[in-house]
Amino acid sequence: MTSAPHHSAHGDTLKARIEQATGVKLNHCYQCGKCAAGCPVAQDMDMTSCQIMRLVQLGNPDWDRMALKSEGIWMCLACETCATRCPQEVEVPLVMDYLRAEAVALGLAHPRSRDILAFHRAFMDSVKATGRLYEIGLVADYKFRSRHFLKDVVLAPKMYLRGKLPLLPHLIKGREAMKRIFQRTLEANRERRG
Amino acid sequence: MRIGYYPGCSLLGSSREFDESVRALAQAIGLELVEVPDWNCCGASSAHVLDHKLSLSLPARILAQAEAAGLTEVLAPCAACYNRLTSARAALQADPAAAKEVAEIIAMPVTGKVKVVNILEVLDRFQEVIKTKTVAPLGRKVACYYGCLLVRPPKVVHFDRPEDPESMDRLMATAGAEPIDWNFKTECCGAAFSVTRTPIVARMSGKIVANAAKHGAEAIVVACPMCHSNLDMRRPEINDQLDAEHKLPVLFITQALGLAMGIDAKALGLHRHMVPAMALQPVAASKA
Repeated sequence: MTSAPHHSAHGDTLKARIEQATGVKLNHCYQCGKCAAGCPVAQDMDMTSCQIMRLVQLGNPDWDRMALKSEGIWMCLACETCATRCPQEVEVPLVMDYLRAEAVALGLAHPRSRDILAFHRAFMDSVKATGRLYEIGLVADYKFRSRHFLKDVVLAPKMYLRGKLPLLPHLIKGREAMKRIFQRTLEANRERRG
Repeated sequence: MRIGYYPGCSLLGSSREFDESVRALAQAIGLELVEVPDWNCCGASSAHVLDHKLSLSLPARILAQAEAAGLTEVLAPCAACYNRLTSARAALQADPAAAKEVAEIIAMPVTGKVKVVNILEVLDRFQEVIKTKTVAPLGRKVACYYGCLLVRPPKVVHFDRPEDPESMDRLMATAGAEPIDWNFKTECCGAAFSVTRTPIVARMSGKIVANAAKHGAEAIVVACPMCHSNLDMRRPEINDQLDAEHKLPVLFITQALGLAMGIDAKALGLHRHMVPAMALQPVAASKA
């Protein structure tokens, strides 16, 4: 096998951006595989945490794309089992978060990430509008975005009967502050990345 | 004793019995809860997936509101809120430049000096009171289930033992229950996949329910709304997946302790569960 080109020490590589944004040193991973061994969703991943770490470690643009396009990065639940057990204390979930945002920005996100993203966006839109999560609004928004209209239609009335689904949202006073926080973070970064 | 209180969004809706039982128990043990003024959502399991700065700024505003109210310690009963607030606090303290930027984003001063504590940590301080006030020892075998967010990552939360925590087991023993030895105290329940990847949640939560049952548990005790909703509301999917009829109820730690202290089951919100839990009165009481 020919050796891959190494750009990591200089320039705007994915590796450099991950390290700058997360503080994680990718070379600390020595591929022991303990993260993937304990990962409760490893069996649902096309590429496991350990493989993804290897792909982004080398500064090879083709391999970076493989990591960004994988479904594996979308399956990470941030349960932190990997980071707790990693002998090098590598915060793998932080890397996964970075890769997901980058995959979305570059239009490389795996097709099956669509409903997962729809859920998170619906969640955050509710928080942006009211300051707190409005569960009915989240579910309605998610169904609309994901087109999964029949999801949990049996569950909702049961929750309502047990007083678990308030019909009205809680509006906080600091809604202007919420708007500002979203403008300065999520929306600003979306613009910056184009 | 007075402490700041951050209920979080779940406790106003799908897990309102956690809020009800925290308040009922706090009153019984003499803990005054002071709600963080005009609190917002912590970002939970969604903000960090979309944007790192957003995932810092949302909890930072909560910490700033608590600071402005003169609170020194805030109780976050929801394990996810506890984790997000603790992580944000650690990030603000570790990186002054990031802290300055976040303060600018939320347009409020924030230092991260307010300590964030989880429900087990706080109740641990009241072991003696709980012992004295236990009038109806539970006398049941219980599986103490901690999940991910209370104990991980250990270098951020600094709470209990990450692989085999014991704080909840101690509390349950104090209340006269018998905490069992089992395998999945800290295994992930599937958390945020409840809606988007329900079959995966059924598999992950199913492992937890089946293992607790196999070791003789009569109930599972939790301290996280996401764990609770996955183990309780997703029970039909879990039982389908396992081809079983597991009926063991899932109680919040505050409900279990409240029962032992003789607080009314309805005041603790036990009637709100999907898997019937009202029958889980202390053994001594139900025999009487």
